[in-house]
Amino acid sequence: MTAERVTVLNLYPGHMNVYGDRGNMLTLRRRLEWRGYEVDAVDHHPGDVLPDSPDIVVGGGGQDAAQALVQPDLLEHGARLREWAESGTPMLMVCGLFQLFGHHTYTVAGSALPGLGILDVTTDAGGGRLVGNTVTVSEEFGPLIGFENHAGRTRLGPGVNPLGKVPRGQGNNGTDGLEGAHYKNVIGTYLHGPVLPKNPRLADHLIQVAVDRRFGPTELAPLDDSAVDDARASALARRR
Amino acid sequence: MLGFRYSPAIAVGKLLRIALRLRGGGSALPGLVTEFFAPNLLSKVLGQLPRGVILVTGTNGKTTTTKILVELLSAHGLTVISNPSGSNYSRGILSALLGSVDMRGRLDADIAVLEIDEAHAVSFVRVIQPKVSLLLNVMRDQMDRYGEMDRTTQMLHKVAVATRDVLVVNFADPRLGSADFLRDVTARVSGFGISDRLRHLYAVDDELTSEVDEAPAAEAASPATVLEEVGTTSVVSFGGRTHEFQLPLDGFYNQVNGVAAVAACRAVLGDSFEPKRGLAALPSIVPAFGRGETLVVDGEEVQLVLVKNPGGFRVVMAAFEHSNVSTMIALNDNDADGRDVSWIWDVDFSPLGEGVDVVTGTRAHDLRLRLNYDEIPCSVVEPNPARALREFLARNPGERKRIYCTYTAMLAVRRILRLEALGEVA
Repeated sequence: MTAERVTVLNLYPGHMNVYGDRGNMLTLRRRLEWRGYEVDAVDHHPGDVLPDSPDIVVGGGGQDAAQALVQPDLLEHGARLREWAESGTPMLMVCGLFQLFGHHTYTVAGSALPGLGILDVTTDAGGGRLVGNTVTVSEEFGPLIGFENHAGRTRLGPGVNPLGKVPRGQGNNGTDGLEGAHYKNVIGTYLHGPVLPKNPRLADHLIQVAVDRRFGPTELAPLDDSAVDDARASALARRR
Repeated sequence: MLGFRYSPAIAVGKLLRIALRLRGGGSALPGLVTEFFAPNLLSKVLGQLPRGVILVTGTNGKTTTTKILVELLSAHGLTVISNPSGSNYSRGILSALLGSVDMRGRLDADIAVLEIDEAHAVSFVRVIQPKVSLLLNVMRDQMDRYGEMDRTTQMLHKVAVATRDVLVVNFADPRLGSADFLRDVTARVSGFGISDRLRHLYAVDDELTSEVDEAPAAEAASPATVLEEVGTTSVVSFGGRTHEFQLPLDGFYNQVNGVAAVAACRAVLGDSFEPKRGLAALPSIVPAFGRGETLVVDGEEVQLVLVKNPGGFRVVMAAFEHSNVSTMIALNDNDADGRDVSWIWDVDFSPLGEGVDVVTGTRAHDLRLRLNYDEIPCSVVEPNPARALREFLARNPGERKRIYCTYTAMLAVRRILRLEALGEVA
């Protein structure tokens, strides 16, 4: 029997990965492979053609200039990405691409940079970067442990839920105590670390949704996550 | 002449410096205190130097390159003052100088070669104009502190513009070598670089994330000082001729640092640079503090390798043999290391495929998790560096040992090793 194949689409790994978000892709790949799946990792760069129907889509954070650079390509593929999001494809968008999945963010020069509007969020420039160790408590995924580092202030509209509340850290904007956004199976977040290695519940949620959609209801084999528990505990013990 | 105006401040600083030395270890405190009493002392002191100030900055290689440049200039008979690694803020520099100035603030030296942190270099050049600046590279480093690589490039651009006589710049670096970076530089620009043949050995940071994506091309004119060949004997070319040299430091990146120092030395000395005399100083150069230096502890050779960022980690791993070497990695997340340890996910650990013996540091467990995801076995996880070292030294007796460490982890590991060391080699 040949292994079941899962396609993971990585948006702009050349431009949108300054904070180790490459680790999210690696985590999905290994957790699928360790369960016997074969992984097709597809990197999408500006100018490339999108694959037919990826099972999971991930994207990371970039420098301000890089964000403006990938934005035209992103908007060009907006209709397909929206169709996938609406039909329930699991997606994880971190930092810069979280912003670009919203209605607008901003450029280095300070003008508005339109996004896809898949997530009902808007991002504007703020004074000072929000930086430090952070914990987001999500009803669905428990405490999510990460490191935040962003200048943009993101606000949620009525069409989206937060990913969680921030008992420790600044979250989306440093004022409303909320972190990230969740709409259907699209998750936007500012959590680096990267987010998936230390938060396997979130990683396995993306995987679970993907394999259920592709192959029918599936029970995921448990993995040995003892290294994760230690890493979470030591991150929690560090000052912000 | 400064006269005795600064004598009280200098006296306080000197006394503090002596007191702290007796207690063990250096500190920036004497410089900080002296600076408080005499805020413009540093610029006054450095301003008297007949051959001025040479500034060395960039993400990776500052300490080693500064060390080589000091040797090259000393070989030409100059009295050179420099700042020890780690003290690359103005108070640290002043602390270092307090040992060499007399009570009237006079410095018995011809020239200063100072390594300065990229962010601090911007405020430094506002006060002290460098005669020559040497810009090494821009890589991702401690993003929680500087925000972005583009910002680091802008910082170095300010240094470039403030430089008086010659800007020595790495043309192999896609950011520094671009016409845009050099646009409004008034100093003469002298590039150093590597031959096309060696280009594949030179890691630019943009290649870290993707094999497909190409780094922005360097557009500047051809460099004046070029690394042509590397080996036990390497070859550098300048002035239409090639010259052999031997620089006994591990790694391709250190040969590039050597050529950067040669280029800067040529910029300082001009026609009075003597290739034979200068290059003869290179074979006796030993690794700088924690930069590949080897200590002997209980008869075991232990090499300390500082790793600060993914690009640096990648180039040092590429530079070393890994078979029959025991490996420890020490990862801290203190301010001087960078609080965010996300960067370890941008390091490809596959060169350590045979396994890592010990991981330690405040974020030892993050490292173990990282290695798990590269499917690299890791035997011991021990956050406490003293206990981790004890375990590490007891494993595989007689085998060469190498410790990769972030900045504060390196200081901690080195302190413990030196306490236990019977003696030092190299």
